[in-house]
Amino acid sequence: MEGFKTLLYKECLRFWKVGFQTVLSPVLTAVLYLLIFGHVLEDHVQPFPGVSYTAFLVPGLVMMTVLQNAFANSSSSLIQSKITGNIVFVLLPPISYREFYAAYVIAAVLRGAACGVGVLAVSLPFVSFNIAQPGWIIAFTLLGGAFLGSLGVIAGIWADKFDQLAAFQNFLIMPLTMLSGVFYSIHSLPAFWQGVSHFNPFFFMIDGFRYGFFGASDVSPWTSISVVTACFVVLAVVTLQMLARGYKLRA
Amino acid sequence: MSPAIRIAGVTKHFRSLQALAGVDLEIGQGEFFGLLGPNGAGKTTLISCLAGLARPDSGTLEVMGHDVVRDYRAARMALGVVPQELVFDPFFSVREMLRIQSGYFGLKNNDDWIDEILHHLDLTTKANANMRMLSGGMKRRALVAQALVHRPPVIVLDEPTAGVDVELRQGLWQFIRKLNEDGHTIVLTTHYLEEAETLCGRIAMLKTGRIVALDTTANLLQRFASHTLTLSLAAPIVLPAPLAARVARADGAELAFGFDSFDEVAGLLEGVRAAGGNVLDMALGKPDMEQVFVGIMNQN
Repeated sequence: MEGFKTLLYKECLRFWKVGFQTVLSPVLTAVLYLLIFGHVLEDHVQPFPGVSYTAFLVPGLVMMTVLQNAFANSSSSLIQSKITGNIVFVLLPPISYREFYAAYVIAAVLRGAACGVGVLAVSLPFVSFNIAQPGWIIAFTLLGGAFLGSLGVIAGIWADKFDQLAAFQNFLIMPLTMLSGVFYSIHSLPAFWQGVSHFNPFFFMIDGFRYGFFGASDVSPWTSISVVTACFVVLAVVTLQMLARGYKLRA
Repeated sequence: MSPAIRIAGVTKHFRSLQALAGVDLEIGQGEFFGLLGPNGAGKTTLISCLAGLARPDSGTLEVMGHDVVRDYRAARMALGVVPQELVFDPFFSVREMLRIQSGYFGLKNNDDWIDEILHHLDLTTKANANMRMLSGGMKRRALVAQALVHRPPVIVLDEPTAGVDVELRQGLWQFIRKLNEDGHTIVLTTHYLEEAETLCGRIAMLKTGRIVALDTTANLLQRFASHTLTLSLAAPIVLPAPLAARVARADGAELAFGFDSFDEVAGLLEGVRAAGGNVLDMALGKPDMEQVFVGIMNQN
């Protein structure tokens, strides 16, 4: 367990040492979204009865920040270690592939959560709401962060150069998060696109997370948690199999 | 007592390239062992298989009696590897990096030993410096420190002195020798053959994934190398056939003869003079590992 704990500590220390880049920058980006979209759409859109657009937007931005940063943490750490060669220091010690996986994913969740808390804290002066069901917020933060942390492990191991990782991030993660209902309720979409949204696991993460704030959502939180849990389990199994085989890590 | 390292029938392919073609090797506890071979011979692949960084296609590897696959935790606890590449984590200072590495091996509160290693490797003043700020030689020593942080009984050094200046190299060898005297098994790969000759009690030579020579350093020198007599003549000469057969190297007016006994020197000089050679200068050379290496690689 000591090896796992140290790897987790190292992964957290790594992002904390460059906190401007890894925590403050994403918080600033999310707040800019909040200010711009909130200002433009506040008087034009009311996604749920009694919920202002800006209040609706905040949980979406918080969760989007959690997800994007959870992915960024594990993926960037792994590809940097691979390219600089220092991954060898993690591969030589008696750390099992399960410990390796758990350390990278938990660190990813913690970075995502730190960024999410930052976005929420900075948003508070702009909106006021009562948190309806905090348990859902915690559950979706942990599961969503772990899902993206796992995806980051896969991307970090698979990519051989930063360009490939950027493609993964910009052509998969970014569209899936932006098109997941962060900025809108899917009920405002045509029926076809509502249907398409149900194939995007990020939609369920955002929608379920938002339910924790307002007690209202596009689909039942139980549906969302089931989908997100199933997606996470599948991804965790795939990632663990990759690590057990030593894919691109142990020749 | 189990050997420090036991390697049996290990093969490894990288696509069509056969990196290891059935390697068998035993290294006893407390040995200072040299693993030599040209680039691409399979030295680093063999070390990688031993350290769990690569997986052999077939065969088994053990460190201190622990199978590196089935009992990987115990095997890795027993092994310290200094990698060939000058790799480091730019986020951390030397001390942070050594504490983290200790933690990976399950060691808490390892600062006393870390301080001792830093002292022996002359890194104490750099303990709190970021790894990026260190010179190449210091980074190399920091890598050695990392490999030693869990006090492994077996230490593998993969070309540890590449690009390291003479003074630093000597300091490093002094420390590694002390570790060997303290009972650590040392396995060294190097392209500096004189280092291997001076330090290693036994040597294995690899070529295209096979061990082509394995013996004590003294035996290898005896079997594959000879003394040399190098003569600088006033002008090139034509030697009689029996004497010409003794020439190991000819370069214009410079001739080198190989010989096993010093009794032969007088006869060689006489033969050269009789053939009209006017000797301006002469030098005697001892058998060395370079001769052994070149001889064995050419044979195979």
